[in-house]
Amino acid sequence: MKIKNIFTYCFISSLFLFSLICIWKILVTLQGIELINFNFNKLFIFGIILCLINLLIGKKLNLNIKITILALLFSIFDYFISINLPIWYSFGIFLISLFFFNNIKNYDKNFLSKNHSSQKLFFNFLTLFGITLFSFVILFPFYMMLVTSFKTQALLLLNPLDFSINFAQGLPELFKSYFIVFKDYNFGRYMLTSTIVSLGTVIITLIFAIPAAYAVARLNFFGKNFLSTSILIIYLFPAIVLVIPLYTIFSQLGLRNSIEGLLIVYTATTLPVAIYMLQGYFKSIPKELEEAGIIDGQNWLGIIFKIILPLSLPAISSVALYVFMIAWNEFLFSLMFLDRPNTFTLSRAIQFLNVGAETPRQYLMAGSVVVTLPILIIFVYFEKYLVSGLTAGSVKG
Amino acid sequence: MSTKLAKIEKRTAYLLILPSFLLVFSIILFPIFSNIWISFKNVELKDLRIPEPRAKKLVKSIKDNPNQIKVIYKLRNSSLTQEITSVKFKDKYPDNIEPISLNNKCQFKSNLLKCELGNWPKKYRENLEIVFQNTNNQEISKKELKSYKPKLSGKSQNILLTYEFTLNNFKKVIKDKAFIDLLSTTFYYTFFGTIGAIVFGILAAQMVNQKFFGRTFMRSVLLFPYVAPVVALAYTWELLLDPTSGTLNNLLINYQIIDGPINLLGQKYVTLNILGFDFKLRLALTTVIIFEIWRYFPLAFLFILARLQAVPKELYEAADVDGANPIQKFLNITLPQILAVISILFMIRFIWNFNKFEDIFLLTGGASGTRTLPINVYQQGFSIGDIGMGSAVSIVIVVFLLIFMFIYFKLLGKRADEN
Repeated sequence: MKIKNIFTYCFISSLFLFSLICIWKILVTLQGIELINFNFNKLFIFGIILCLINLLIGKKLNLNIKITILALLFSIFDYFISINLPIWYSFGIFLISLFFFNNIKNYDKNFLSKNHSSQKLFFNFLTLFGITLFSFVILFPFYMMLVTSFKTQALLLLNPLDFSINFAQGLPELFKSYFIVFKDYNFGRYMLTSTIVSLGTVIITLIFAIPAAYAVARLNFFGKNFLSTSILIIYLFPAIVLVIPLYTIFSQLGLRNSIEGLLIVYTATTLPVAIYMLQGYFKSIPKELEEAGIIDGQNWLGIIFKIILPLSLPAISSVALYVFMIAWNEFLFSLMFLDRPNTFTLSRAIQFLNVGAETPRQYLMAGSVVVTLPILIIFVYFEKYLVSGLTAGSVKG
Repeated sequence: MSTKLAKIEKRTAYLLILPSFLLVFSIILFPIFSNIWISFKNVELKDLRIPEPRAKKLVKSIKDNPNQIKVIYKLRNSSLTQEITSVKFKDKYPDNIEPISLNNKCQFKSNLLKCELGNWPKKYRENLEIVFQNTNNQEISKKELKSYKPKLSGKSQNILLTYEFTLNNFKKVIKDKAFIDLLSTTFYYTFFGTIGAIVFGILAAQMVNQKFFGRTFMRSVLLFPYVAPVVALAYTWELLLDPTSGTLNNLLINYQIIDGPINLLGQKYVTLNILGFDFKLRLALTTVIIFEIWRYFPLAFLFILARLQAVPKELYEAADVDGANPIQKFLNITLPQILAVISILFMIRFIWNFNKFEDIFLLTGGASGTRTLPINVYQQGFSIGDIGMGSAVSIVIVVFLLIFMFIYFKLLGKRADEN
């Protein structure tokens, strides 16, 4: 057993414990509880002591009893050095230290005398810490969006760190911002527009893309290779270089401020990726199936409808969900093409709210929740399809 | 026989592709080329409105004479900048009336009033007054008269279709003192955004590639920032980073890490003192890059994770037998396996970050040193209203894009050769 290994073990373990405690303390602060000190020195040194004790006990004691005792010791210590904190805070500390000691319970003298043990330890903790930190950093803005929409302007200004939800005030009061957003700011209408535009884009894109993808995947014609590479190239062209010409053309044709105009643009911009994704899948369908169809006397249309489509339903759902997501989230074209509130999509409406005179932030966040929630629900529910769509189509983003 | 079949196949193929081709051509390819056309023109936002001849119809009864009625047309040219040539006027009247007198421009035939109003210069206004009398002693219905709407037509020069070209836009773009700054900001943003997203993507993929409780849930959560609408996320971040009531600043002040609030999105530079050296960090740009990394690392994560899961486990087992440590395993097994994916990802993300508009636009609007090329397109074209300049900047973007694409396809081709 090397001294160096013990030293790294204690140092890294205690640091990890402390960083977990830090995240917990930040979360507690965000519930509006006054907590201004992390107590780094005391907690860190006590953490080192406990890690050493853990090492010394090793497997002499029942492991479950060992981790419970150590966790209790740590939470009692923390309870005494921090003042006036609610009991659920200490309970959280207890659970975290339980989790921590559970992770280091198997480390004893034998483990530390192995090769690379300090590196392994470091990476174990790095993984654990990374998972915690990543979840926190990613979920926090979403959490903030949700909670802000449940607050009132006065409460938000009083204590910007208070992110607790007061359930006692009753549901109508809690969802007040949502009522206002839908009633006074017309979000029902915008939501309907967004839904129509997104679903319309999906349907039209599929109607155009399926035959084209089939032709690219299966039929022989002059210029086929050129076409399939140019699909990818066209797809890589960003919206920002299309915006000025499309704006000039659309304003002269009177297509601005119309849902039809938006549908045309969305369909055209999603078509290349839809064709690209679908043709890849069509190519993987065995040719023999189609040949059997030809022998049965089917024409091209019959083959597409009766053989290709039923077989490629998963791919088509991926494409449909991916296109829906793009259309729902699209912002640049809706900003350029829509300036009358009766044609706004949700994204455009929220931007309008923010730019317009002093909209209280809880309404802005309620609007943001309204636009985010459907897409997240769809994502979680259809994750398998959407992930394969994202992977295939993520050439763009 | 086979040639006939091939012919049918060819025809079907073209038929199936045609609708998509037409749509993509008119909405994507044609605009890209018309960018070139517009960029050589001196067009402003206000020129885009096509000048229209307009008429407002007023009907007035004449005192003491119920058999006569006066119709006044208030005519005007809607455009403040362009003239309209050979304006023609047409209006319908009911059966029972006819005009008393007409000027030489107008004719009245079978209930139709037709006028040739000639050329209207910009901002032109004129009143056309015609007195009508009834032919059969019935009272003239004002309502009926008003229900007919006059129709006007005229020719005007569409500034977009003239053959006048100018190089001024490109001269302005290149001579602009801020152009170098613009380019460096764009590259700074693109480069660090891309690298950051890939680094965090590797870290996240490494984490999720191990077995732990809640792993599938973790994978979904990691993709949230990429899936959610940018508008909602950008405004949430704006609230989070707000100097006075934002959570981040208040947290840092609460823990006494900083003394006063930092305006993370509104401050161009911050001076950092590291090891006795002062150096300036572009604060707002860095914040925007962090947002960018936060939003797009999931994509890198997804790609790299898929690749990691395909790495044969035997490789790691063999390394364990050889006594390799975790860093060696990562450098010698994992990294070479994912290097190809990383290079492709780098190119794709680079191209996309180079063109990223929404994120910066929503967070800072291009203020405090975050103006990139795409933001400049918008500002030139729509804030300043110089469509020609905006197009010229778009062309600059397209040129860079073509270079990147060339490299990207070279890379793809090389990879295809290796496999």
